[in-house]
Amino acid sequence: MTTIKTALTKKEPVQKTDKKSVYLTKQLNLWYGDNHALKNIDLDIKENEVTAIIGPSGCGKSTYIKTLNRMVELVPSVKTSGQILYRDRNIFDKDYGVEELRTRVGMVFQKPNPFPKSIYDNIAYGPRIHGIKNKKILNEIVEKSLRGAAIWEEVKDRLDENAYSLSGGQQQRICIARALAIEPDVILMDEPTSALDPISTLKIEELVQELKKDYSIIIVTHNMQQAARISDKTAFFLNGEVIEYDDTDTIFSNPSDKRTEDYISGRFG
Amino acid sequence: MRYVEQEKVIKRMNGRLVVNTIFKGLFMAATLLALLALVVLLYRIITQGASHLSLDFLMNFASRFPEKAGIKAALIGSLWLMAVVAPTSIILGVGSAIYLEEYAKQNKLTTFIRLNISNLAGVPSVVFGLLGLTIFVRAFSLGNSILAAGFTMSLLILPVIIVASQEAIRSVPKELRDASLGMGATKWQTVVNIILPAAIPGILTGSILALSRAIGETAPLIVIGIPVIIQFLPRGVFDTFTALPIQIFDWASRPQQEFQVVAAAGIIILMIFLLIMNSIAVIIRNKFQKRY
Ligand SMILES: Nc1ncnc2c1ncn2[C@@H]1O[C@H](COP(=O)(O)OP(=O)(O)OP(=O)(O)O)[C@@H](O)[C@H]1O
Ligand SMILES: [Mg+2]
Repeated sequence: MTTIKTALTKKEPVQKTDKKSVYLTKQLNLWYGDNHALKNIDLDIKENEVTAIIGPSGCGKSTYIKTLNRMVELVPSVKTSGQILYRDRNIFDKDYGVEELRTRVGMVFQKPNPFPKSIYDNIAYGPRIHGIKNKKILNEIVEKSLRGAAIWEEVKDRLDENAYSLSGGQQQRICIARALAIEPDVILMDEPTSALDPISTLKIEELVQELKKDYSIIIVTHNMQQAARISDKTAFFLNGEVIEYDDTDTIFSNPSDKRTEDYISGRFG
Repeated sequence: MRYVEQEKVIKRMNGRLVVNTIFKGLFMAATLLALLALVVLLYRIITQGASHLSLDFLMNFASRFPEKAGIKAALIGSLWLMAVVAPTSIILGVGSAIYLEEYAKQNKLTTFIRLNISNLAGVPSVVFGLLGLTIFVRAFSLGNSILAAGFTMSLLILPVIIVASQEAIRSVPKELRDASLGMGATKWQTVVNIILPAAIPGILTGSILALSRAIGETAPLIVIGIPVIIQFLPRGVFDTFTALPIQIFDWASRPQQEFQVVAAAGIIILMIFLLIMNSIAVIIRNKFQKRY
């Protein structure tokens, strides 16, 4: 607990930039049956920033990010306590519909998972389920989203082709475009580049930099360099706890916790 | 010191290859035996029945005289039966499968229900006939109508359709579900837009195979009391009727040798019926097959 406190007090300089919080997590606990996977998490995530979540395998990174859009509840044994305020509203409130939350918070998964449909239908899927039928508007959304995901030039002549005909890196950008198509406020990314080659990875990293102008991005990554390159803040998770949360520069150059230092210098994990 | 010594490995290699060859031969023999039995059966039936096949055979009603006996009533009756069984069993079966896989809470009760659906698939068809007799024929006073028989047959094949549909739904990758739900789609939108399109080949293949079982089943129809000799065509689902397997069973159990020929001709028609249905299943499977 003391380490968390020191980490939180160290964050003072950060809060001077008067950015608003998108996600304010307060004393979040989560259990898979008896497995206490998240312990007393406190995190204040700011808008229009890239927040990286790092930590060794099994420390609860995916669990936390899936809690932010309540996808974690698809696992039947999950129980939670505490609060997550998204734009000042507790997402666990009874009257907060998950569908509404997930319309504001898009998600990109570790493995590219386009639908077995055409590229066009993949992107138009979100708008369509939210009731947009007008062909002209859909066309515009599809183009805008594909441009936003930096893949328009590559696919503009083959929108009717099945998304499975694309390479893994292209598929992942299609998935990002698909998330953009519902015009979310936040984009959650769970190791979005772990299945990709270095060049595709670079493209997605550049894309993330571009996207943070309009979106708040929370990204889980195993790649320390990636976290250092693209994120503004970094949270270090260990055994379901947040050990340290601070400016990325601080975390990587001058961490306040010994365990953070050990982890980022590759001594474990 | 190496654990894998090349020389010994090579010495043992021959023995391993021989065993491999022996088993290959055994499996091939098993396959050939089954095929042989099938070919003999088909050969006998075709040589026996082909002579009786004609347009008249298709257009005539049943008769006491073998040379005049036709299959019209049974063929049309079986088509009527399918017209009731197919929609009833597929709608109920796929609906139950969607509920069990997508909506039902994963608790002891669901597991229990699931297990018993699989068990139901193994219950003898006579039992379903008795069930149909008690419920549809008597309690609902449907008599020996197409509807009563259709509902009974639907119950009979329902477990198979549910299990096949559950399997097809379960084989849709979780990632697709997550992608859809993660965008704010409701469960129902996810089922309609993502899960069913991906599961349809499996569901239809399973359903058609189950339906062909319903076409060939005799016992439940006999229990319900479906008549054999009918000189008219049903005009609606409340009329009585006769079906292919019952008609064939009746002909085959007659003493006169000539009727054996008629029965063989009936079997050929039944097999063509089944062949068409199975081909449809294959075509659907190939047409909708999706890569993941
Ligand atoms: N569906 C689940 N059911 C039960 N326990 C789970 C489930 N998913 C994760 N866990 C448990 O929760 C803990 C945290 O898992 P999580 O997937 O969040 O780790 P992670 O930090 O994302 O790891 P990785 O870097 O390997 O992806 C682990 O102990 C794991 O065993
Ligand atoms: Mg993970």
